[in-house]
Amino acid sequence: MGAVLARRLHMPLTHIILIGLGIIWMYPFLWMVSAAFKTTAEMFSGGLNLIPKEIIFDNFVRAWEVAKFRVYFFNTVTVTVSVVAMVLAWTSMTGYACGRYSFPGRKIFMGAIVATLFLPTGYTIIPVFEMMKRLKLLDTLWAVILGEAGGGHVLFILLFSGFFQALPNDLEDAARIDGAGFVRTFWSVMLPLAKPILATATIMQFMWTWNSFFMPLVFTLSKPELRTLGVGMYAFVTEHTTDWTGMAAAATISLAPIITVFLLLQRYFVEGVAGAIKG
Amino acid sequence: MLQRALRRPGPARSLSVLGERHKSLGRRIREHAWCYVFIAPAVVLYLMFTVWPVLASWYFAFFDWSGLGAPTRFVGLANFQEVVTNSYFWNAFKHSFQFMAGLVVLQLPTTLIMAIILNNSRLKAASVYRVIFFLPVVTTTAIVGIVMTYIFSPFNGVVNTILVRSGLLDKPVHFLGQASTALLTIIVVSAWKGFGTNMMYWLAGLQAIPNEVYEAAKVDGASTVQTFFRITVPLIRPVGLVIILFTVVGALRVFDLVKVMTDGGPFFLTETISIFIYRYAFGSAGMPRIGFASAAGIFFGLAAMILSTIQGLAIRKGGSIGARGGTQ
Repeated sequence: MGAVLARRLHMPLTHIILIGLGIIWMYPFLWMVSAAFKTTAEMFSGGLNLIPKEIIFDNFVRAWEVAKFRVYFFNTVTVTVSVVAMVLAWTSMTGYACGRYSFPGRKIFMGAIVATLFLPTGYTIIPVFEMMKRLKLLDTLWAVILGEAGGGHVLFILLFSGFFQALPNDLEDAARIDGAGFVRTFWSVMLPLAKPILATATIMQFMWTWNSFFMPLVFTLSKPELRTLGVGMYAFVTEHTTDWTGMAAAATISLAPIITVFLLLQRYFVEGVAGAIKG
Repeated sequence: MLQRALRRPGPARSLSVLGERHKSLGRRIREHAWCYVFIAPAVVLYLMFTVWPVLASWYFAFFDWSGLGAPTRFVGLANFQEVVTNSYFWNAFKHSFQFMAGLVVLQLPTTLIMAIILNNSRLKAASVYRVIFFLPVVTTTAIVGIVMTYIFSPFNGVVNTILVRSGLLDKPVHFLGQASTALLTIIVVSAWKGFGTNMMYWLAGLQAIPNEVYEAAKVDGASTVQTFFRITVPLIRPVGLVIILFTVVGALRVFDLVKVMTDGGPFFLTETISIFIYRYAFGSAGMPRIGFASAAGIFFGLAAMILSTIQGLAIRKGGSIGARGGTQ
């Protein structure tokens, strides 16, 4: 297809169309960043100009301190870091045990977790909410962390299990001769080899947790100080509909980390997405 | 340690492969004690967050229960009866499917075209374009949705400003506030947001097609259009069916975008099932109706499962059909 298309299409025309589309594609983000540095007066004078006449930082100060985005930001960081650490730990351990050893019950276990890929889990948030209530975890960040870390993640287990299965037996045998037990073999020999899977899983989980909205919304309904960025943003615009520049600054604060991580580590994001369709 | 391990010839493997058959079950379990310790967290979490919620939501669905105390008022199938006769439920049901259909129709062809353009090995800076069109995928849906409500705002919103200034509109349109455009606007934003994922899936599918096939077509004198419909489409069909399945499953669960952009309004005109259930389970108006919300969730889950099973069968069939003139 590539060669055929290349003969037919004029490359400069393709680039003009792609650049035009690309600008439209990026426009919401450019608009957001530009509005975050504008004065309210300039914002409402209706100019389409993306470069502010006068760059101000008041909006960021207002969002960070007055609108409590400092609190939301650190809540999000806490939740994201905890969830990523927990998910990596339990999926890699499960993947290791299932990938390397044929212990009794392994097939049933793997079958059960894979089955959940095909079953619609439905509206499970209600029972999870009730469970958190009974565990007295409601209105704590633990509810959000456990909820985000607990469900699913079958893909990661399969990725780890497939990776560990493909490693040669010699490694384990050598580790055993060196006197390493099960846990040490896993921790200092096998896990360091799984860096590619660890990287993909970290990036994917970071993205999902940073961007999650539904669970933090439900679990922080009666505790505003536990809101994450997405939930905080939603609350902010319902209360201050007319503060366009404050909204833009808050959105910029919320999106900057994830966009930065994406631009630095694009390869892993793309691999993660491609892995999802193969897995 | 790794280097030594690689050099040294390992002893015969004793742990799991050899001699497995003649050991007693008890002994095998004892030998693999550490394995059970390692999978224990996964088992506990699986029971807590997958098995129990499914069973519990079925259980709740048979009770008239506000979520306070334990469910005691057993009502049999009354909640399900109410779901099928509730006009707001069917209203939301319709919107969920409209949203899903709109998204598939809008996203599927456009992402394929973009993938074909970007798959061209002679296109310079293709990776830069790929990053640009993928970027919205990594951003927070709720936050992007909020930004979009300002961009589509009837008062001073960028879209209206451009349309009015260029003379395409006489006066600003309240995109999210009127029946004819509200759901469509959400669909467009959702298509933009998820565009990159489907584009990457298509690209993965295109890259799996061997170049020789195209070279053979060229030798046979096939035109670009012929090559596309006779080679690319049939070969990429299985990937396309998987993409449709993913899009459908994701679209039927849409929550974040609708919640922040319209919250189901105006007058329930954009209310999808997830918003409907949320309103009954967690909404601020009146007492929560956990039983009824669970019943609605189960009913809709079954409807979605039937749909995805049909699609799953289609994927199997599509995979075995191989080359057939595409009308995708």
